Amino acid sequence: MTAREDWWYDEAAGPLVRPYAMVRGRTRPNAPDLHLVTQVRASSFASDQTSLTVEHREIMALCARPLSVAEVAAYLDVPLVVVKVLLSDLIERGDVIVQNSPPQIPDRDLLQAVLDGVRGI
Amino acid sequence: MVFVGSDDQLTVPTAVKIVIAGGFGTGKTTMVGSVSEIAPLRTEELLTEAGVHVDDLAGIEGKDTTTVALDFGRITINTKVVLYLFGTPGQNRFWFMWDELATGAIGAVVLVDTRRLDSSFPSIDFFEHRGIPFVVAVNCFDGAQLYTVDEVRHALDLDDSIPVVLCDARDRESSKAVLVGLIQHSMNRLEAAV
Ligand SMILES: Nc1nc2c(ncn2[C@@H]2O[C@H](COP(=O)(O)OP(=O)(O)O)[C@@H](O)[C@H]2O)c(=O)[nH]1
Ligand SMILES: [Mg+2]
Repeated sequence: MTAREDWWYDEAAGPLVRPYAMVRGRTRPNAPDLHLVTQVRASSFASDQTSLTVEHREIMALCARPLSVAEVAAYLDVPLVVVKVLLSDLIERGDVIVQNSPPQIPDRDLLQAVLDGVRGI
Repeated sequence: MVFVGSDDQLTVPTAVKIVIAGGFGTGKTTMVGSVSEIAPLRTEELLTEAGVHVDDLAGIEGKDTTTVALDFGRITINTKVVLYLFGTPGQNRFWFMWDELATGAIGAVVLVDTRRLDSSFPSIDFFEHRGIPFVVAVNCFDGAQLYTVDEVRHALDLDDSIPVVLCDARDRESSKAVLVGLIQHSMNRLEAAV
């Protein structure tokens, strides 16, 4: 992956050159709801990846284990809005699976598990 | 679109989050780093120059944009649950981000530096107005602990039900204790509500 300095702050080329190259200005009309902590993971039945871009393949490699959308964006070093487009592509292809639950207020059992977990670190 | 199937279910954990809020330099990133199992990560949202959140790239090309950074850490609770901690600046122009962060959150830690109490006012207002459970953690910068917990509570005009604790954000045990206090506070609030 190109170092951030090579593109993000490239005065001559403009600040959005690299993200645009990656997503070609596409929007996400049918995109799933992707939040910061939505968990994504590469499907064990991923399709042929030869037609994928470098960034898509990088996401597939990262998501060999479940990760949040925010983590994928951070490791890929691209803004969230860009990573959501890239993830949507992969989800549409069935190459990435997504946790299909909206953010909810944690219930008592979940809070108890988190409490025990934090105490244990 | 492929959603999690039965055989995949076990390996995609439930994600929960806690927001670490407070003014600039109050120790948010430090606290995230103290308890996180990974070095704090950074991700960025785009804003237009006018401060409008960019949630779609259509039509944004050529416009001047700026970014707002979110620092976050991770605590893997067990194979089924993962906790994320988001440190984020409490400034009005970033509220769009707070809405997403606060939705479904366990609650928030508002860090305060008693030398600049006012820098944490906007965060407190935000969580109070949305009814999101929060605790106030006074980060004890060296020699800067000028006030007692009660004085801070009074100065911030906090309800008696809001826990106020002293902490050292650089210290793992101290930061853990703050998180434990917040989670217990959230559980109490949940119980009071039913
Ligand atoms: N003495 C002392 N310094 C701290 C403490 N917490 C944070 N700092 C320092 O204060 C500065 C700001 O902390 P940072 O976590 O970046 O603040 P943020 O802007 O809220 O994320 C850093 O240089 C930290 O090393 C503390 O409890 N005591
Ligand atoms: Mg910070």
